Amino acid sequence: MQPSNDRLSGAGGDSENAVDHRGAADLRCAETPASPGYDDPWYDALASGWGEPAGAGVPEPAALPSMRPEPAQAPRAAADVYLEVQHSAAFQEVRSRYRRFVVPAVAAFLVWYLAYVVTATTAPALMARPVVGSANVAMLAGLGQFLTTFLLTWAYARHARLRRDRAALELRWDTQELTRGVRGGASS
Amino acid sequence: MTGDHQTLALLLFSTFVAVTLGITTWVSRHRHGSAEEFYAGGRLFSPMENGFAIAGDYMSAASFLGISGVIALYGYDGMLYSVGFLVAWLVVLFLVAELVRNCGRFTLADVVAARMRERPVRIAAGTSSVTVSVMYLVAQMVGAGSLVALLLGGTSEAARTWTVIGVGALMVIYVSLGGMRATTWIQIVKAVLLLGGTVALTTLVLVRFHGDLDRLLRTAAERSGHGEAFLAPGLAYGGDWTSRFDFISLGLALVLGTAGLPHILSRFYTVPTARAARRSVVWSIGLIGGFYLMAIVLGFGAAALVGTDAVRASNAAGNTAVPLLALDLGGGAGSTGGTVLFAVVAAVAFATILAVVAGVTLASSASVAHDLYASLRRRDAEPRGEVAVARLAAVGIGAVAIGLGLLARDLNVAFLVGLAFAVAASANLPVLLYSLFWRGFTTRGAVWAVYGGLVPAVVLVLLSPVVSGGEQSLFPGVDFQYFPLQNPGLVSIPLGFLAGWIGTVTSPEVPDEAKHAETEVRSLTGAGAV
Repeated sequence: MQPSNDRLSGAGGDSENAVDHRGAADLRCAETPASPGYDDPWYDALASGWGEPAGAGVPEPAALPSMRPEPAQAPRAAADVYLEVQHSAAFQEVRSRYRRFVVPAVAAFLVWYLAYVVTATTAPALMARPVVGSANVAMLAGLGQFLTTFLLTWAYARHARLRRDRAALELRWDTQELTRGVRGGASS
Repeated sequence: MTGDHQTLALLLFSTFVAVTLGITTWVSRHRHGSAEEFYAGGRLFSPMENGFAIAGDYMSAASFLGISGVIALYGYDGMLYSVGFLVAWLVVLFLVAELVRNCGRFTLADVVAARMRERPVRIAAGTSSVTVSVMYLVAQMVGAGSLVALLLGGTSEAARTWTVIGVGALMVIYVSLGGMRATTWIQIVKAVLLLGGTVALTTLVLVRFHGDLDRLLRTAAERSGHGEAFLAPGLAYGGDWTSRFDFISLGLALVLGTAGLPHILSRFYTVPTARAARRSVVWSIGLIGGFYLMAIVLGFGAAALVGTDAVRASNAAGNTAVPLLALDLGGGAGSTGGTVLFAVVAAVAFATILAVVAGVTLASSASVAHDLYASLRRRDAEPRGEVAVARLAAVGIGAVAIGLGLLARDLNVAFLVGLAFAVAASANLPVLLYSLFWRGFTTRGAVWAVYGGLVPAVVLVLLSPVVSGGEQSLFPGVDFQYFPLQNPGLVSIPLGFLAGWIGTVTSPEVPDEAKHAETEVRSLTGAGAV
């Protein structure tokens, strides 16, 4: 538990640095393609544990703190872990990267879409102005909506892949290790 | 419509039913009956498979026949629909898909209930999810009934009734026997068929015009009888200010509603991780965007080749534009090519409705069993019982949808779909966004957000010209119309957000910092995700 704790705060201290360690990232990624779309070894135990009486021997289902009622002291300890992770610099970095992309992007496409709908319904004369051949402003604006949607999708996927995924995966591991540590301590 | 069409279309459609039933049997042979398997298909689909399945879930017959038909009749105004349907996916991709995958297990209520007192929140979110799903289902059933009447010439009431009952029975079989895994494969098969059919028709249209889009548009404008106005907005919604506000309301509902549709949200749980959920949305945006671009070409193609008047003569709502276009592209009525293409389009449309109906039924049976039933009984019953309830719920919802589908068979399909989107945007989206992003959100706020959106949306529809006071109303004889717009979104969506905010600031409950931390950490990192 202690080492992972250090790793958590360490990752926060030089999170930019951590992102630049492409070598480490590649190593980790290189192991995954064998099982496509599956990058968490914990997944199996968790998935099969739920809802199947046979999974009773596996302790993992208990690692879902919110979903089931727990003994009184266990949730508090797990809650402390989540608060601790939330306040760590590494998590704050991931969160602010997500928000710095998503907030302006959502504002931009909503304004652009609403402007398009409102203009089309209130100022059809403006939209009917011809531009090239039989294409008018309305036609180009409509195709522009398709184009911006595709572009924003690509930009978001790229941003998430390069700027968030690895840091988030590390945090996931650390958090799960911490919650498991808490749980192990509570049960013994 | 000659007998050849009918025979061939019925043959193709029977093949589709046989294949899908085969898939269902094959999948259910391997089942264990766990909730994970029934609701989420074991969570092991690849992003590409799930992307096709999402596209299959989303592209209903209303898009395939409806959008092209509206374009064939009113030109540019039909394009506005497709833009709204597509841009909505950015809301899903940016704000919902990954976070919901990380936080939840099977339903919308899972995400909200993780932070709140579980019982009231689950009952509220479960109720609104079931309401939205049933509205969506009724729209599809009505569509199935009128499609049969249109395409197979079976205009008799009995044929329509039996079609609705048949579609309902098939969907119950798919869902209750095959669960999410069968439903997903049916969506994938349907998406491939639909995209294949659309690509083929679009190619034929483009070949006919030698790839000259400009000439396609000019011909469409000439043959529409509206001239240049056909290529600009205003033909359908450019009348008085009421109809303009109505369209803005619909536009708002379309763009915000997708992220609140229960059957779309449940699709994210069929992949192993949030990253896979994101990649499946990227796939589906590509597929859906491409599909709508082709639907626009088909709509203008129908106006140019078939002619707006001929389309309107066949069906006043324009729903037959694509089948008529197929007939023309294949060489006209009576030719072999025309017969084959027409039958293919008819079969694809059937497949589309069946698959969408199965997806929605599954999502609503999950809401009934996992949210409503699980909250209203003791928590200690074994999970296996919940799946049995879900299977039963699928049967019950099938029966309700058949009944309502028969009652509402004269309602406009596009309106019903728009209504389902409006209710989803008013009741489901505010509570979802608040619980993912608002630190101070409380249980009372969550419950108020759901009911504060759901009740106004439903009440405003009851008071709208759709239900009473007009010639095309459900009850033309009486007049209790007090709300001028057909779509309630413009009013009810802000009310949903407002009610959630008021409920939160007036609630004595102190928001639980730790629960918020947990939701935030889990949603962005995937820690503890199943």
